[in-house]
Amino acid sequence: MPSAQAPAARGSVLKAEHLTKQVQSPEGLLTIVHDVSLDIAPGESVAVVGPSGAGKSTLLALLAGLDLPSEGRVLLEGRDLTRLDEDGRALVRAQRVGFVFQSFHLIPSLTALENVMLPLELAGHARAREAALETLRQVGLKERARHYPRQLSGGEQQRVALARAFVTQPAVLFADEPTGNLDAATGARIGQLLFEMNAHSRTTLVLVTHDPELASRCGRMVHMEAGELR
Amino acid sequence: MRATLLPMRMLSREWRSGELGVLRLALTVAVAALTGVAFLADRISAAVAMQASQVLAADLRLESPQPIGEADLAAARRGGLLTARATGLLSVVFAGDRSQLADVDAVTAGYPLRGTVTVADQPFATGRPAPGIPPPGEVWPDSRLLAALGGHVGSRLSIGAAELRVTRVLISRPDAGGTFRGLVPDLLMNAADLPRTQLIQPGSRVTYAALFAGTPGRVAAFKHWLGTHQRPGQRLRDISSTSPQIRSAVDRARRFLSLASLVAVLLCATAVAMSARRYVGRHLDSVALLKTLGATRRFTVWLTTMQLLAIALLAAAIGSAIGYLTQEWLLYALRGVLASRALPPASPAPVAIGLLTAVALLTGFALPPLLQLSRVPAIRVLRRDIGPPRPLVLLAFGPAVAVIVLLIYWVVLDWKLFLGFTAGLAGYIALLVLTGMLLVVAAGRLRARAGVAWRYGVARLSRRRADSIVQIVAFGTGIMALLLLGIIRNDLDGDWRRSLPADLPNYFFVNIPPQSRGALLAYLHARGARTTRVLPMMRGRLTAIDGRPVEKMRFANRRGQHFADREQNLTWSATLGAGNRVVAGSWWTPADYGQPLVSISTEFERWLGLRLGDRLTFDIAGQPFTVRVASIRKVKWDSFRPNFFIVFAPGLLDKLAGTYLTSAYLAPGAAESLAGLARRFPSVSIFDIDDLLADVRSVLDKAVLAVQSVFAFTLLAGLTVLLAAVQSSREERRYESAVLRTLGASRRTVLQGVLAEFAVLGLLSGLIAAAGASVAAYFLTTRILDLPYVFSPWACVVGILGGGIAVMASGWLATRSVVRQPPLATLRADI
Repeated sequence: MPSAQAPAARGSVLKAEHLTKQVQSPEGLLTIVHDVSLDIAPGESVAVVGPSGAGKSTLLALLAGLDLPSEGRVLLEGRDLTRLDEDGRALVRAQRVGFVFQSFHLIPSLTALENVMLPLELAGHARAREAALETLRQVGLKERARHYPRQLSGGEQQRVALARAFVTQPAVLFADEPTGNLDAATGARIGQLLFEMNAHSRTTLVLVTHDPELASRCGRMVHMEAGELR
Repeated sequence: MRATLLPMRMLSREWRSGELGVLRLALTVAVAALTGVAFLADRISAAVAMQASQVLAADLRLESPQPIGEADLAAARRGGLLTARATGLLSVVFAGDRSQLADVDAVTAGYPLRGTVTVADQPFATGRPAPGIPPPGEVWPDSRLLAALGGHVGSRLSIGAAELRVTRVLISRPDAGGTFRGLVPDLLMNAADLPRTQLIQPGSRVTYAALFAGTPGRVAAFKHWLGTHQRPGQRLRDISSTSPQIRSAVDRARRFLSLASLVAVLLCATAVAMSARRYVGRHLDSVALLKTLGATRRFTVWLTTMQLLAIALLAAAIGSAIGYLTQEWLLYALRGVLASRALPPASPAPVAIGLLTAVALLTGFALPPLLQLSRVPAIRVLRRDIGPPRPLVLLAFGPAVAVIVLLIYWVVLDWKLFLGFTAGLAGYIALLVLTGMLLVVAAGRLRARAGVAWRYGVARLSRRRADSIVQIVAFGTGIMALLLLGIIRNDLDGDWRRSLPADLPNYFFVNIPPQSRGALLAYLHARGARTTRVLPMMRGRLTAIDGRPVEKMRFANRRGQHFADREQNLTWSATLGAGNRVVAGSWWTPADYGQPLVSISTEFERWLGLRLGDRLTFDIAGQPFTVRVASIRKVKWDSFRPNFFIVFAPGLLDKLAGTYLTSAYLAPGAAESLAGLARRFPSVSIFDIDDLLADVRSVLDKAVLAVQSVFAFTLLAGLTVLLAAVQSSREERRYESAVLRTLGASRRTVLQGVLAEFAVLGLLSGLIAAAGASVAAYFLTTRILDLPYVFSPWACVVGILGGGIAVMASGWLATRSVVRQPPLATLRADI
């Protein structure tokens, strides 16, 4: 049974302390995330669930260093992301973080192979092509390596996105509704693949989802509502 | 390494995907237009310089009343130059009991260093190139001299103490024609015979000339050396001091071509800006993703800069190659005109210009939006509504404005013209922006009254406010540039042909004694010649301005000082000659005849700092005359008709008439009768300017063709703008079309909406463009090109209708495929 409590003994790879995110809106100051603390151990898989507008994606963005909190701090492998500038956080992402998105976010002008090679190239990896091809083989798309995103189905595009996320062997993988744009059967297959690859690479997984089936596969589930963890 | 390789790899991927197509095309067209013109202007200028060298018979000519020391020639030879000498003096030549004053030129081997001497066996026959110079003991008199002396090939002529044999008739020599240097017939002899003639005595008026020729670098180095070693009385002439007519024609053509290519470049700049904007719009997500995957901002800036540099290099290479080939093709097309002259090879300088242009255009128009792209926050991968922060206005437009301003100045190189052009352009763009804003407001109000298709089309105009204004500016500028070039090209071409009609005077007759005037005109008319007005000519010196002696005045302008120091050719005339336009004061009426009035040319006004009403005192044949400046004339010096800087009112100097001059057109056959004329009126000097006219005509023909080719570039640039404008809204159109069709709109309705939108944009842009082009054409023709302006109503019709139809058609062509696509495919792809 998934639980909201962090396993204490193993130390943490990702730690959020009293995170609050507020933005200006026409109605005044809006609190999207309120005083969230979270501690995630290496190799753990955590599902963040909750209704639309609860602040799940914002929390994910804060944890991944894509955005900065108004208050609180985020420690990724002990490094305080809130004390790094934008470029510093980018470097941390390049070395330690992977992403999978709801709308795949493949670069349309690049082939499947080139999309997978991209994070390796950004990190200065010497054998980007070989590593990318191997990962594409793992997701079953080696034969379609030279296809452009528009030539691939939704499920195939998300498999390319999975390959791109795992190819750098990140310490933490963030997934934002990875099956949200897919039909049920394809979504199930992608979910299966995500967890297989996660298990294989022993990556820490932080997953935002509406899908109870997908959430139930995670070791821990946290509920979010109106910007707070319940 | 990674920092260089990755941007290049990503660029090659972008390249393959066609994302950069319009940007590349626009840059390439801009570079091709600019380098094509630069290559052509370079080579034509070089060709003109070559022709000008022929007029000097050398690249550099040192003239002196004293013998020129051997040291100068030896120095030139050491500097790798060819040298020769020509010694000229006036002497009476005898053949039996007949005599004639002649310009005797004694030359050394190698003469002429540039150009050709042509000779024949009969006077006034067609010449053929001479094999060198006359051998010692032989002379080559020209047709007029031989006719006046009644001699022929084989005759013996006495020149001073020497007797020399005529072996050929001199038809032409390079340094005799076109410059009115000598007013008497010509004779060429070998310098070795000069001592035998004993013509050079103390006090003789002799002009010694040293001729130099070589590669431009060596000539320039030697010219510099001569400048530091020049002695008093020596005069150095080079190509810049010759052939004013050809130079004026080429300058005019070059100015026009440069402005035309600049218009093409500015159009391309618009297309570059539009495609960069589209590129930014399409790459917001990609850059956000790159940052999510770990790319730093510095890296994305580096990526952009490297990619732009690579694009600039490629566009410069391809554009320069196209520019070079266009110019080669032009020269090939003109091979008939140019057959007799090998053109100098093109210099590589235009390639550098091309690269600079490409880099400047990208820096000014593409870099600011692309740098803005690097500021997209990574969070956009989760929140698509978040874009880059708005840039400062100065940063967004500053570089573009700076590049435009620099480009304009670099092309026109003239402050007045630069300010006029820039102010005009800025005003025009402001007008377009204002119209665009009004259109947006009007479209918003009118949409409720239109049918569904129109409402959809017109609604887009008001909703996409910034896009609509940008498109109005782009279309308006493009259409105006094309109309303007169309109007000016016609004016220019027509004016050139008008100014050089086939029956333009090809002979000048100078030194006509007053008593022979009637007889000479009758002689010419009897042989079918058409003469221009006959003007009296006398010499006089300006001695005072408003009572102040000119000797005590200092003129900043060298030409002004020259005017004050020397005697001038003066005339009087009742009529204002063709090619003369009064720009200040008024031309005299019969009531003014006999009054002390003078009309001066704008050059005289400028060089001496004169004003209307100034009192000028002249010394003419020992008599002082004080006259008032009654009018200032702008004179077309390239009209090939007799013209004077200073013209007096009739009735004042009548008793002082020295001689008369006139010009006439003689058909090729009638030229034979010139031998008879030379015999009957021996003191009249005849100048044959047929060769010079042929040269000018050939240059103008080249210029007209060049104008047309640049016009083609501008047209291409205009199309690129259309393409960029249409492409910039393609994705949105595709989505809107899919939504509309899903809601039940027919293809026809969607297309009608698109057509409505583009028709409104096109018609409005065309209307403003027609007005703008008419105003700009007025200023360009009258202020810069010195042509009469004729309002052309067709420009308005073509501008409005043509603009509307062209923009509508391109909109239709570009969106046709969008409408055809099944809506589901589009909507699925966009989810």
